[in-house]
Amino acid sequence: MNTALLTHTVPGGAAWSLQVAKGRSITFSAEADRANVSLLIFAAGHRTDRLNVPDTLKAQHSARIKPPMVLMSDRGLGLASVTGSSLPWHDALCGHGLSSYGDSSYGTDRNGWRRSARTGLVSELTKHGRGEADLHPTVNLFSKAALDDAAGLSFVPDHAQAGDWVTLRSELDLLLVMSMAPHPLDSVWEPADVRVELRYADPVAADDPSRTFREESARALDQAGFVFA
Amino acid sequence: MRPVLDQTIQAGDGFLGTVPAGGSVRIVDLEGNQAADTLFYDAADITNRYSAFDTIREQCAVYLTTGSRLLSQRLDLLATITEDTCGRHDTIGGACSQESNVVRYGEHTRHQHACRQTFLAYGASVGIGAAEIAPNINFFMNVPVSADGGLRFDDGLSAPGKYVEVQAARDIYVLISNCPQLNNPCNGWNPTPIQVLIWGPADSC
Repeated sequence: MNTALLTHTVPGGAAWSLQVAKGRSITFSAEADRANVSLLIFAAGHRTDRLNVPDTLKAQHSARIKPPMVLMSDRGLGLASVTGSSLPWHDALCGHGLSSYGDSSYGTDRNGWRRSARTGLVSELTKHGRGEADLHPTVNLFSKAALDDAAGLSFVPDHAQAGDWVTLRSELDLLLVMSMAPHPLDSVWEPADVRVELRYADPVAADDPSRTFREESARALDQAGFVFA
Repeated sequence: MRPVLDQTIQAGDGFLGTVPAGGSVRIVDLEGNQAADTLFYDAADITNRYSAFDTIREQCAVYLTTGSRLLSQRLDLLATITEDTCGRHDTIGGACSQESNVVRYGEHTRHQHACRQTFLAYGASVGIGAAEIAPNINFFMNVPVSADGGLRFDDGLSAPGKYVEVQAARDIYVLISNCPQLNNPCNGWNPTPIQVLIWGPADSC
């Protein structure tokens, strides 16, 4: 594996944003159990194009995010491919949390101050000239809300353990906006620190698993290739 | 009580209307198996829009039916489903667009009519643009999910005359695309008209 271009550990509960060039691998690693990353993805350089969870799920006939799925945008572009993960299920049905898990303030808790995923995501969006209107359904990396036979949902608290990881490959220049606050169905505030490592991605081969996963996945990657072609 | 609006929406056409707090909107699947792609907005602030995944999470239920509370992305109650003769409705399948048609069916579908075009055309007069188009409700559409994480598009559960009625908890916009999709069974391969009826609050005359 080539040298990391950037390594940053985001404390549990904190939010962060990152502009990523096309052709990078972005690995998220849980430094403790119970990690969650509520992730928004935008096509950099386009005012509105962003991750479209329904289109991503229906085009690939899946109710979860897993390798080697392609994460698709409103404009039908493959924004990123999930090239690998220690986990077979990342939630995309639950959005992000609006709760700060009881009263908390900087005055009382200093930098252990609990702020909701919503607060963190909007704060980061604002730094990029964006705001609440740009929120969209998140992928919740590391988290699983299990489906029952009647399509009811229940949170799986022991899904992700320390050391679990997931890697995305940027297929376009992207803006990633993320919160490491707990999954919105998690009843306790015990968010894990998450390490983010950026590397040059390996060249994409003709038999790349994301490209060969489904015809729909390949077409979304083709469409991404036509941007500014 | 007489409706304040009773309008037939042709196949592939759209609708934007206002439902006052306490009033109701009914959508009737006139000929059966017709997906009515629908978005709701707080009429006082369109950023406070229907949020499919907040609605799912807060009720721990993927499908919508009678009693489902339709929440905004600020978790405000926009409306509640008060009647449903169909049984259940989808809110994870999203709306078709020219671009998603290309991904799903190929380049030859790029210039076919699609729901997103209708949403943008009818939403423009109140400032609803691309940033405000979020995942919608697909009334009468059947998108089953399974415990193993599968998802598929199935033939609809609907039939001629089935309807759903939604009561507004505040003044809301209702934005509808009567889905023109020809490439999957969401409209039974044949888009057909729907009927939209709106009533004011029960105690108004």
